[in-house]
Amino acid sequence: MYRYDNHDQTLVEERVEQFRDQMRRYLEGKISDEEFLPLRVQNGLYVQRYAPMLRIAIPYGMLASYQLRKLGEIAARYDRGYGHFTTRTNLQLNWPKLEDVPDILAELATVQMHAIQTSGNDIRNTTTDQFSGIAGDEEVDPRPWCELIRQWSTFHPEFFYLPRKFKIAVTGASDDRAAIQVHDVGLRLWRDDAGEVRVKVLVGGGLGRTPMIGETICEDLPWQHLLTYLEAIVRVYNQFGRRDNKFKARIKILTKALGVDEMRRRVEEEWAHLKDGPQTLNQQAIDEMASHFVEPPRREIDASDIESYEALRRNNRAFARFVTNNVTDHKVSGYKAVTLSLKRSSQSPGDVTSEQMAAIADLADDYSFGELRVTHEQNLVLTDVAVDQIEELWHKLDELGLANPTVGTLADLICCPGGDYCALANAKSIPVAQAIQERFESLDFLYDLGPLDLNISGCMNACGHHHVGHIGILGVDKKGEEYYQISLGGSQGNEASLGKILGPSFFREDVPGVIDKVLQVYVGERQPDETFIDTYRRIGLKPFKEFVYAA
Amino acid sequence: MLPEQTSPRPLIKGGRQIEDQWLRHDDETAPAEGKAIVRLDVWLASDRRDSLAPWLPSDTELDAETIAALREAPLVAIDFPKFTDGRGYSVARVLRERHAFTGEIRALGDVLIDQLVYMKRCGFDAWSLREDQIVEDALNAFNAFSRHYQVSIDNPEPMFLRRQREACAHQPEPALA
Repeated sequence: MYRYDNHDQTLVEERVEQFRDQMRRYLEGKISDEEFLPLRVQNGLYVQRYAPMLRIAIPYGMLASYQLRKLGEIAARYDRGYGHFTTRTNLQLNWPKLEDVPDILAELATVQMHAIQTSGNDIRNTTTDQFSGIAGDEEVDPRPWCELIRQWSTFHPEFFYLPRKFKIAVTGASDDRAAIQVHDVGLRLWRDDAGEVRVKVLVGGGLGRTPMIGETICEDLPWQHLLTYLEAIVRVYNQFGRRDNKFKARIKILTKALGVDEMRRRVEEEWAHLKDGPQTLNQQAIDEMASHFVEPPRREIDASDIESYEALRRNNRAFARFVTNNVTDHKVSGYKAVTLSLKRSSQSPGDVTSEQMAAIADLADDYSFGELRVTHEQNLVLTDVAVDQIEELWHKLDELGLANPTVGTLADLICCPGGDYCALANAKSIPVAQAIQERFESLDFLYDLGPLDLNISGCMNACGHHHVGHIGILGVDKKGEEYYQISLGGSQGNEASLGKILGPSFFREDVPGVIDKVLQVYVGERQPDETFIDTYRRIGLKPFKEFVYAA
Repeated sequence: MLPEQTSPRPLIKGGRQIEDQWLRHDDETAPAEGKAIVRLDVWLASDRRDSLAPWLPSDTELDAETIAALREAPLVAIDFPKFTDGRGYSVARVLRERHAFTGEIRALGDVLIDQLVYMKRCGFDAWSLREDQIVEDALNAFNAFSRHYQVSIDNPEPMFLRRQREACAHQPEPALA
């Protein structure tokens, strides 16, 4: 993974000192609350419902074991002993003290981490495929490109005060696991006939209050121009994006208003001035960056070891369940990626304790070359586990409560912190998640349902990505009461779609029963081998609606 | 829009506070005499373009004719109606990079300490600070960063090229203590 050089290290340290001085002036009353706000959020610091919240960046979801260990230490020392992994693959601490934050940032800098631009109207943490570098369907490893984007966007002086936040997602695989169609900019890296990397650029996707699928602004950008082209897009957005209404300020609204053709014309006009300028990438820059993302020193795995693994899978039902759901194929024979489930009804989705962080860091060292990935589904992945070690790892994960064999099922739901923590939330989301997990505990039932994305957001900012859940749940506030709106038919990935609202919203206690009815319709209507989303697409919303709202 | 300026605000240029000879003037007509920073349309219509200077609103779209006229201006000011309005950064940068404007570009309006360093990187070289800002803190704020990842007006070399150059020279610059 990427290791800082002196330049990177100096910059994060200088950032800590800059913020320390800003915090000092704020606490001395020399900066008003309003004027301090963008300064603190651009360093990840929110003032939340009950306490400050610090959002720590995990660039494109890559985490080293020593970093996770440090996060665990920080959570124990400055917080209440746990952290929360978010859908943007960041880690949030929910209870730090305001005045401690410069010290926390200084601690993070010792392990090449920071909280830069994890909030604010700037370019946020770039996200990518959690299986990048190991996926069988990958054409281009997106990680070097993500790091180039990270560096280009970090402290970009022109783009600290955009109309609104700006999120970029990158994939280099044929199966889009990075949800590029629902980002401000989505990038798909591919290779042309000459083997050269090209970039398909989508613009104007997003969730939130006005969900939209991104549109293609460029099919085949040569890689040399990636940064100048991005700069042109963001400059056009900076100058023409709406600033009069924060709900209409994202680039999707501008793209919709102008039309993608006019958007493209403006971007290309701007780009004409930037193209071939000094930020044009050269091969050496790519090679240098790629040299950080080398193949780990994997062993040769004997065919007999692979056979033993397969035999265990045939003979041990519990192991088979784990493998089927939580183990993913690897481009290298004999190796697998293992997903650690952070979804169990005893803890909020995405939450990890300090003790678990330390233990997971040890497992990463022992089984996967000391590296981990954070997924936007709020799980963790060990990407390089030899098949002859999976059984042992499985037992250890089980002891830690991280081996729930439910990845990709209804129980693997995405959930924002909601009204228990977040100042923006209209309604609580965690109790809904827990009620659903408790109601649908039977593994046989979950497996029978097959792949099913259930996503919960506590407000229409959509941090829980409810629009792209096969089943989406949105907390809404009506005259001070919490209600839940249910939508069906959303989907991420290559066939991205936005869910449609089922009908009038429900009380919290009724939500599990409603989900049950939705599932009954699916089970009753499905054809052999048909997944929930397939059935929905075939029969539409109506049968679900009729059954759920039948008197 | 901010209230009419009646007395000079702290002006920073060349790394220090200097005396400001230019008062901002938002009327539809230019003052009869004295140096003043006036609305762009007022300046364009004026017959004393050397002792008046224009200020540009943050949503200015520069056409060729305006650019040509601006080259003759003693200085060009860009207004920040609110410090969170980031359009002025792009306006300054385009003036410098695309139009090779070499004169003074002054930040005017809601100009606060903690944005100065980014304004400088986008091509501003003079700052009319809001009255309540502390000049000493402002001067310190310029020193926040010793190096940069991206190209900007004060940094023609992106980090990836700098690294290549340093790798050739085998002499990376040491990290600051």
